[in-house]
Amino acid sequence: MITVGLEHFLVISSILFSLGLYGVVTRKNAVMVLMGIELILNAANINFVAFSKYGNFGYDGQAIALFVIVLAAAEAAIALAIVLNIYKTFANVNVDEIDKLKD
Amino acid sequence: MTESLIINIATMILFLPLLGFAVVLFFGKKYPKIYLFEVADMLLVLLLSIFVMIAKIGYFPGSIVYSFNWIDFGNVPFFGNTVIELGIEIDNVSAIMLVVVNLISFLVHMFSIGYMKGDSRYTRYFAYLGLFTFSMLGIVITHNLLMMYIFWELVGLSSYLLIGFWYEKKSASDAGKKAFLVNRVGDIGMFIGILILYANYHTFTFADIYAQMQSGILPFGSEAWLTAAGILIFMGAVGKSAQFPLHVWLPDAMEGPTPVSALIHAATMVAAGVYLLIKIFVMLTADAMLVIAVTGAVTSFVAATIALTQNDIKKVLAYSTVSQLGYMVMAVGSGAYLFAFFHLVTHAFFKACLFLGSGSVIHAMHHEQDIRAMGGLRKKMPLTYMTFLISTLAISGVPLTSGFLSKDGLLAGTLAFGNLTGHWLIPIFGFTVALMTAFYMFRLVIKTFHGKPRDMHKYEHAHESTFVMAMPLVVLSALSIFIWYTPNPISADAGWFASSWVQTPESVVPQDLRFEFMQTDTHETAAAEHHITHSEMYTEAMHSAHYPAMFLSLGLGGLGILLAFMMYQWKKINSWKLAMSMKPLYNFSLNKWYIDELYHATVIAGTLGLAKMLTWFDQKIIDGIVNGSAWLAKFVSKMSDLFDTFVVDGLVNFTAFFSGFIGLTFRRFQTGKVQTYLVFVIFSLIVLLVIFRPF
Amino acid sequence: MTIYDIIFYLFAAITVLSAFLVVTAKNIVHSAFYLLFTFFGVAGLYVLLGADFIAIVQIMVYVGGILILLLFGVMLTNKITSVEIKSGTIHVLPAVIGLGLFAAFVLSTMMTTKWKSNPAELPFTTVYDLGYILINEYVLIFELLGILLLIALIGAASIARKDKE
Repeated sequence: MITVGLEHFLVISSILFSLGLYGVVTRKNAVMVLMGIELILNAANINFVAFSKYGNFGYDGQAIALFVIVLAAAEAAIALAIVLNIYKTFANVNVDEIDKLKD
Repeated sequence: MTESLIINIATMILFLPLLGFAVVLFFGKKYPKIYLFEVADMLLVLLLSIFVMIAKIGYFPGSIVYSFNWIDFGNVPFFGNTVIELGIEIDNVSAIMLVVVNLISFLVHMFSIGYMKGDSRYTRYFAYLGLFTFSMLGIVITHNLLMMYIFWELVGLSSYLLIGFWYEKKSASDAGKKAFLVNRVGDIGMFIGILILYANYHTFTFADIYAQMQSGILPFGSEAWLTAAGILIFMGAVGKSAQFPLHVWLPDAMEGPTPVSALIHAATMVAAGVYLLIKIFVMLTADAMLVIAVTGAVTSFVAATIALTQNDIKKVLAYSTVSQLGYMVMAVGSGAYLFAFFHLVTHAFFKACLFLGSGSVIHAMHHEQDIRAMGGLRKKMPLTYMTFLISTLAISGVPLTSGFLSKDGLLAGTLAFGNLTGHWLIPIFGFTVALMTAFYMFRLVIKTFHGKPRDMHKYEHAHESTFVMAMPLVVLSALSIFIWYTPNPISADAGWFASSWVQTPESVVPQDLRFEFMQTDTHETAAAEHHITHSEMYTEAMHSAHYPAMFLSLGLGGLGILLAFMMYQWKKINSWKLAMSMKPLYNFSLNKWYIDELYHATVIAGTLGLAKMLTWFDQKIIDGIVNGSAWLAKFVSKMSDLFDTFVVDGLVNFTAFFSGFIGLTFRRFQTGKVQTYLVFVIFSLIVLLVIFRPF
Repeated sequence: MTIYDIIFYLFAAITVLSAFLVVTAKNIVHSAFYLLFTFFGVAGLYVLLGADFIAIVQIMVYVGGILILLLFGVMLTNKITSVEIKSGTIHVLPAVIGLGLFAAFVLSTMMTTKWKSNPAELPFTTVYDLGYILINEYVLIFELLGILLLIALIGAASIARKDKE
């Protein structure tokens, strides 16, 4: 094994991104879709922080990672509220069955 | 007092009846009493027109004209400047005519209040009367032929409306149509005549046309055209004034309400033809005048013979009207301009009185019109009898009446005419008619008012008319007395009417186209050849004809009256036997010379035959062509239908099918599911990555 | 093979493995717990990258906040007693193929690209410097994020509350 460098982190983030996308695409449950999105966001964050270190860009990357975490939190809160509303309306949260824009 | 005041008042006189018409027509349903507005309106118009007459005749010797450019077409190619002028002209004749029309119109309005009481279309009747008065006044005061024609047609329209006023009766609506159609025949001639004048003189105004004629311009440069124009315009008068052979509508027009007959079909509208002739008198050539005179003479003769045997009180009066109108036309034709107009005025009064009197009788007899069912009404209706008698005396030409003056002068005119030109037929007809007139009028009076009642039931219910109906009778019969026209009961010459109010105008046609006695005198020729002037010649002829004519007409009138009394009052002569002894003649007269039948056999049958032929032509030829073209069109449309079905529709269907196929194919992708789209996004992303791969 | 490398591979393995389990587990609750490990793994990676503050925030926000929120979501939208809590899958085959190709592309790109590597010497703790730039260079974004969070809070409450009957 070679010494851990930038590429390793990028590979990890790529795998994480792909897995997150896989989750978004394949899972029916809306909450599972949200989990996939969190994975994707994490993958992006890893990239930010990794480039921040290996690119010697100071703290910008980390600051942006911080913002992403905040946004993820906000997104999760809103998304869950929407999921709850969907559940109230359709009695389930399966994304593939929710294909009506209105009744 | 200025001319503009007269013009303003004349304009008011013209339009007030129209206002009355509009008001009564539009508010009649809501306010049934509105007809009183129309009557009051007419009273105002009457007072205004009396004022106009006095002012005009008293203060303005010349005629008062007001005109304005109605339409200016500018310079029309091939024709020149085209300006159409409208305007009004008040001369002595039209001022007198205004009073005559409005007086009779007002009296008829009053009479109608009583006569038409209870009619279901009471207010509309008054509205129509207003419309008629408006139209008639338009004819009277116009200063151009175009307005004359327009109002000419308007009186035709109101006459039509009023003849067919009781249109539930088929005979009434038929009579209305007949009047309208027969009038059209004359009016077409009139219109052509007007157009001949307009084409040559580029104006409709009388004065302008005459001025150009006087300066020697002839229509199309030909004398024949001038004669033709005069005769063609006279055709309008033939229709409107019921001259032979277009007189057939007037007796039928008696289907209208009797006051209408008095106003329109005796006093005013039918006189419009004569009035027109008076207006165009100066442009009539000798030939045209001869045609007019002969037409008038024949008309008066034919109508008088028919009137001898009629039994319907209104029919007798109708034929008498035709006969008298023939008189007037004959007078115009024979150059007795003054007496034609004088007779028009006097006749208007006494004939209106006769008609209203007959209306009074008919009203009293509960719409019985047959004189064989009447008789003895003298005692029941003394006032009606008196007024009727005075008017009858007037029409028969008995001295001390207005009719005597005008008729005498008129007959003297024809006599002078015969003397000067050698056309003796005209005075002969004239005097014969005078005899017959006296006879049939007294026959009417005796059968209606004298003797024993023949229908006791109706006689019992007869009663004298109320004030509104009696008052017009009294006024009109009073106007049939000589005193209004001249202080001398023997001759009209001394009267203001004949001496100063109305003067025969100078003819404007070229000298050689006039009768000799109407030629303008130039001293060289006149003094050299005849030692007297032409106008002196005519005056002398009139003068010398005066006494013969007077005695002749008196004698003939007296004979007629005597005959009537002998036959119907004293029964010295059995009228039935006399009739039987001359059965063909009697039937000929009773059946009105078979003129209606003749028209039925010729004009109407011809029209129907033509219509049938045209129908056949329509059905066989035109329809054939139409059907053929229809078949062709059908064939073409069938072809195009096939083309449509297979080619166009095929294309359309193919397009539809193709897009449907595409839609069906791609619909699968549009699932509405986000994740499916995401899969597509991923694959697209891969494609993009392959294309733009960094290595 | 330094101790740094060993720790990296450890965390990488935890992250990838648990992430794989997150997206493949049938049971949503299990997925949520695997997600916990993933977050921990990522936090470890942050530490390895010298971002100690981010790592702490990752654990506090993701594990303490978002994950709990997701679990609430699962609880509120599923009848726990039923088997319905197992979530179905769709498009597995296209996703596997597509994402396999995608991952292959991305990974090959990541590995073949010649990255300019110039590792910075990071101080022992980053909190001071991070805080400094947050209220200097990024102060506007910082404030906006505060407002955004407030809006999200109110909005989420507004969306999720019961309809007025």
